[in-house]
Amino acid sequence: MYEFKYHRPETVRQAANLLIKNEDAKFVAGGHTLIPVMKQRLAAPPHIIDLSHIQGLDGIEIKGRSLVIGALAKHAEVATSAIVGEAFPALAELAALIGDPAVRHKGTIGGSLANNDPTADYPAAVLAMGATIVTNKRKLKPEEFFQGLFTTALEPDEIITKVAFPLPKKAAYIKFRNQASRYALVGVFVAKRPSDVRVTVTGAGSEGVFRVEAFEQALQKRFSPKALDGLTVPAEGLNSDLHGSAEYRAHLIGVLAKRAVEAANARA
Amino acid sequence: MAKISLIVNGNPVTGNIDPRTLLVQFLRENLRLTGTHVGCDTSQCGACVVHLDGKAVKSCTTLAVMADGHEVKTIEGLAADGAPLHPMQEAFREHHGLQCGFCTPGMIMTAVDLVHRKGHDLSDHVIREELEGNLCRCTGYQNIVVSIAAGAKAMANSDLA
Repeated sequence: MYEFKYHRPETVRQAANLLIKNEDAKFVAGGHTLIPVMKQRLAAPPHIIDLSHIQGLDGIEIKGRSLVIGALAKHAEVATSAIVGEAFPALAELAALIGDPAVRHKGTIGGSLANNDPTADYPAAVLAMGATIVTNKRKLKPEEFFQGLFTTALEPDEIITKVAFPLPKKAAYIKFRNQASRYALVGVFVAKRPSDVRVTVTGAGSEGVFRVEAFEQALQKRFSPKALDGLTVPAEGLNSDLHGSAEYRAHLIGVLAKRAVEAANARA
Repeated sequence: MAKISLIVNGNPVTGNIDPRTLLVQFLRENLRLTGTHVGCDTSQCGACVVHLDGKAVKSCTTLAVMADGHEVKTIEGLAADGAPLHPMQEAFREHHGLQCGFCTPGMIMTAVDLVHRKGHDLSDHVIREELEGNLCRCTGYQNIVVSIAAGAKAMANSDLA
């Protein structure tokens, strides 16, 4: 790891100011993406700004018809929260599938979204639900927030403070994990929302999370696995690597989408 | 350099360290608590698991400065020197839950955290799911699972947390 200076702000404002003052500084919350990358010397930020001691950013609450999760809420907290389990069980299940128990004690929802890893789990839920990403400056919709591989709309002095998920009527997330890294080889999130159906895919797209509109239209007519019979996703534009070809991932999307609809329907 | 002070195994400790220092390095090299191991050094294998504020974390993926002001427990902190072993350690001894022993400190710290979260009556399935982040290269999982189930039960009747 290269040398850096460590900062520990106590408020979002202090953190934003530190970022403005120190060019090429990086935020760290749980550190489970940034620290490994720094150890490999793939990143060498001269300043590290530790967000993990800012108070009041880890709440989980229902506000109106939304589930609002603070950016510093850890995966383990979302996975075991009674509020999430009651209002949006698919999200609790998704959080319980991230990494392993020790990783879930450190990793945060804000960190996962800000990193926008194309194989991360949370982006699938955020795009499927049309969740609002709230920062210290503005509110962003997923379509404007996610901008491709490890890229988001966040500006240099912008910090995610919370995420507001509108609640689905039914939803489920099915993940086919890479056995070694535990990231999604393919993950499919299916949500029956009050007005429509959304199907999102993580792990497979070379530009990150995306929607499968053909599946959405079919499920809109009939929310059943059978509605997806005969429908396929083209392999073009999907990731291909030693873990699976683009064709394999395309096949998995169809299989996992059916399983997700089945799982969503199995919820009372 | 950065000054840090934290509680390790119940004792206040301080350090003046390079901010780059990983928690596992600080424990092993500054405090000479070498029970915590570095296995893969990539947050996969779990040999470095310690408890930070009571929760299992991978100390190879935590900066020591981030633990400033917090509380850490390592394998050395489970039972006092010369005193009887912690029930989870005793269960690993009794049920031959180790072969080479390299992964054992991480396995035991993960197991104790698991009992804190999920109680004393653990099914094989739950134990195997929860060992997702701990690798044993001797592939001795069968007896590790048996040891954890027994240790979890024994912890119900022990003063050691």
